[in-house]
Amino acid sequence: MMRLTLLTSLLLTAACATTSTPPAATAGAKPDAAAPSANPYPSTYKVYPGVPTVIRGATIYDGAGHRIDNGQIRIENGKVAEIGTTVTVPAGAQVIEANGRYVTAGIIDIHSHLGVYPSPGVAANSDGNEATSPVTPQVWSEHSIWPQDPGFTRALAGGVTTLHILPGSANLFGGRGVTVKNVLGRTAQDMVFPGAPMSLKMACGENPKRVYGSRNQAPATRMGNIAVDRQTWADATAYKRKWDDYNKRVAAGTAKAADMPRREMGNETLMGVLNGEILVENHCYRADEMANVIAMSNEFNYKVTAFHHAVEAYKIADLLKANNICAAMWADWWGFKMESYDGISENVALVQNAGACAIVHSDDANGIQRLNQEAAKAAAAGKRAGINVAPEVIWEWVSLNPAKGLGIADKTGSLEVGKAADVVLWNGDPLSVYARPEKVWIDGAVMFDTNDPKRRPVTDFELGQPGMGDVK
Amino acid sequence: MSVFRMSVALVALLMAGTPLAAQTIAITGGKVATVANPEPIDGATVIIRDGRITAVGVGIAVPAGAQVIDATGKWVTPGLIAGNSFLGLYEVDGVDETNDTAARKSPWSAAIDVSTGLNPRATPVSVARLGGVTRAAVQPDTGDSIFGGQGALVTLKAGEDILLRPRAFQYVELGEDGARKAGGSRPAAFLELRNALQEAQRYARNPAGFTDGRERESLVTRLDAAALTSVVDGRMPLMVHVERASDILNVLALTKEFPKLRLILLGAREGWTVAPQIAAAKVPVITMALMDLPDAFETLASTRSNAGRLAAAGVLVGLGMTTDGTGNQPRNLPQQAGNAVAQGRLPGGVGLTSAQALAAMTRNNARIFGMDDVGTLEPGKAADVVVWDGDPLELSSAPTSVIIGGVVQPATSRQTLLRDRYLNLQHDQLPLAYPR
Repeated sequence: MMRLTLLTSLLLTAACATTSTPPAATAGAKPDAAAPSANPYPSTYKVYPGVPTVIRGATIYDGAGHRIDNGQIRIENGKVAEIGTTVTVPAGAQVIEANGRYVTAGIIDIHSHLGVYPSPGVAANSDGNEATSPVTPQVWSEHSIWPQDPGFTRALAGGVTTLHILPGSANLFGGRGVTVKNVLGRTAQDMVFPGAPMSLKMACGENPKRVYGSRNQAPATRMGNIAVDRQTWADATAYKRKWDDYNKRVAAGTAKAADMPRREMGNETLMGVLNGEILVENHCYRADEMANVIAMSNEFNYKVTAFHHAVEAYKIADLLKANNICAAMWADWWGFKMESYDGISENVALVQNAGACAIVHSDDANGIQRLNQEAAKAAAAGKRAGINVAPEVIWEWVSLNPAKGLGIADKTGSLEVGKAADVVLWNGDPLSVYARPEKVWIDGAVMFDTNDPKRRPVTDFELGQPGMGDVK
Repeated sequence: MSVFRMSVALVALLMAGTPLAAQTIAITGGKVATVANPEPIDGATVIIRDGRITAVGVGIAVPAGAQVIDATGKWVTPGLIAGNSFLGLYEVDGVDETNDTAARKSPWSAAIDVSTGLNPRATPVSVARLGGVTRAAVQPDTGDSIFGGQGALVTLKAGEDILLRPRAFQYVELGEDGARKAGGSRPAAFLELRNALQEAQRYARNPAGFTDGRERESLVTRLDAAALTSVVDGRMPLMVHVERASDILNVLALTKEFPKLRLILLGAREGWTVAPQIAAAKVPVITMALMDLPDAFETLASTRSNAGRLAAAGVLVGLGMTTDGTGNQPRNLPQQAGNAVAQGRLPGGVGLTSAQALAAMTRNNARIFGMDDVGTLEPGKAADVVVWDGDPLELSSAPTSVIIGGVVQPATSRQTLLRDRYLNLQHDQLPLAYPR
């Protein structure tokens, strides 16, 4: 059964990390020939051509909690140029009359394994877990991404404009995650979201202790998880101290080239976290374990940006709010493993109701195609429990909140003037089961159009296969 | 807190195993989708007596003493039927101690009868029930053989007695998984299947002589052969999980050698590419409406139009594949069905009509498994009825009443109790573990 395959990948799935500025890039330092590059694998993403476009008459959920009935939006030069009840129509602009339809900010999935666990899910393509050690902060998911994964096209047809691709959760420290624009490239670097921070994927709970405990190796228990975590952070702190000292001497002009500490790729990632440059995305189901991690982050002076698969977030929603940590959740997954046993459909709404940052995520090549529907289900469950969340606020769960959780809220995640024109035009209310995206713009370029087969990408893998170019 | 107290009382009642009595019930004023007719009837009444539907229509008088459920502004449908599931076979999927879906180390396969693994109190049963699921096909999963064993039909009514029909179908795995279990290839899997069916025929001819020196060579145990006799003679359907078009055609061709086989295709993601052949063979398909990824080489043609194209070709299509606690839970059948409708509204997409979509998770599954007493709202049918607070296919909708066998079901589950406990995180006097 397909079930077993899915479960296996689930059990091995976890959240990830971000890019960090290399250590020698300290401001004021003299360039040193031996210094590490600040950005060794730079984004080669390019914005495709768009035309000035005005969409009129639509109901707009802007992603930041606002709704505009009979609204208008102008897209120009890849950005949101104007939004409101009326906008100017420049000469030559394409005008779309969207009465009865909906416009939203593009969907952002904070937790995806597209490209690293691509379709087809054969062993040869299974590149998401470097399960050779519980501590592998040195690996980068972007070096596993297969840009020909057809899953990107399906997510695009579901209105996903940005996604964060993480290593799996076999390891306590799974490696760095990367944020990509959902624009197919010939290389993974072609997709990398320019200027987005990288993440460090960490994992609590069952997966690390099962994977390594079954090999009679640490960690074999939850206390083992935390013990290995703490030693790793302590070592990283010592590593950072060496580099801080070296960088001071560089700044003072007293450092010799031979003084540069040996680079350790894992510790470089962890130092990026300690320096606040790399965001921690932490796979963690249970409330008590999230609390342990929060205490650990205080001990080692780093910040957890979001807990992923936070099935029990509702039990500590107040703690999450107090610590300014987002919870990324499924709408209704539960009971597929012990640590998901207490999952309830009201989880997202309860987190929202506590004033904490609620995110609906997928972790799934199918679920990413309808995060709007998952958000709608979560909201409906909340409503039945007496928690009313307005549709325009629900939309934050899949747009601005994940953007915050990825450190890109200044660039995308809402339809505010000057931000990226990552826009979806829906053929109906996107919180209805009957709605599907009609057009998807990414940085102002139409990358998907349900009415135009030429705006429906087909990856190399699907060329010549049955159903090629089908509406899917 | 009175609702809360009532739920506690109901839970206590369930734990005590007290059967809830069938009542006379009148569901009034609702939009009634009988599924027997394509269009729902506005403002209709459904009368239930002694566990059966006795009347459906507009202007029907409410019997004296009937419990009235006011469905004004609501929808009324037949209870949902999961075309396949593991309901009752595990509490937590990934916790082996609770999971009785498959037995990898058992010497038996086809003879395994899942009915003895059913746990009516399993939380997934109550969670599915709250989602409007009232019956289900429960399948065994495969261990090291291509045969999983004999599945059961169950009702989801609260209480200890959910088994409706044990040994209702045999489950077999072909395609990529079947090839692996058969030793490494599709031909080996088909050989294993044909050999087992031939051995069943031999067993049927002379049960007493079956093991006379041949059991080891036949590779089929006596009990497995015995279990397959009803498959070979057509008394028991054979549910085959298969996805690739060529595999589907090979399965259909099995009836040349075994003409009485009653096949049910499970999955059939590439079914649309051979839909006329499936239709001509009159073989029903249980599938999902949302699988559109080429996630294996056997599913390259995956599309959400599969269900619609199969139905358009005349294939009887039921929704199922509701086998886990992630994206494919039984309670999400309406989401699958609704998306099938949405697919038909896309340029180039082929979907189901609303009526077809509703039928795909009610009447069609009833037909596929020969449950003639349910699947529609008609006089004489068993009273498995769900009242919804809106369009049953819509994401915002949920059941407000679930009636099974004429009995209004409890509105609680372990999940609702968790929810109620954590609605308010304040706990100045005692830990949250105390109030309940």
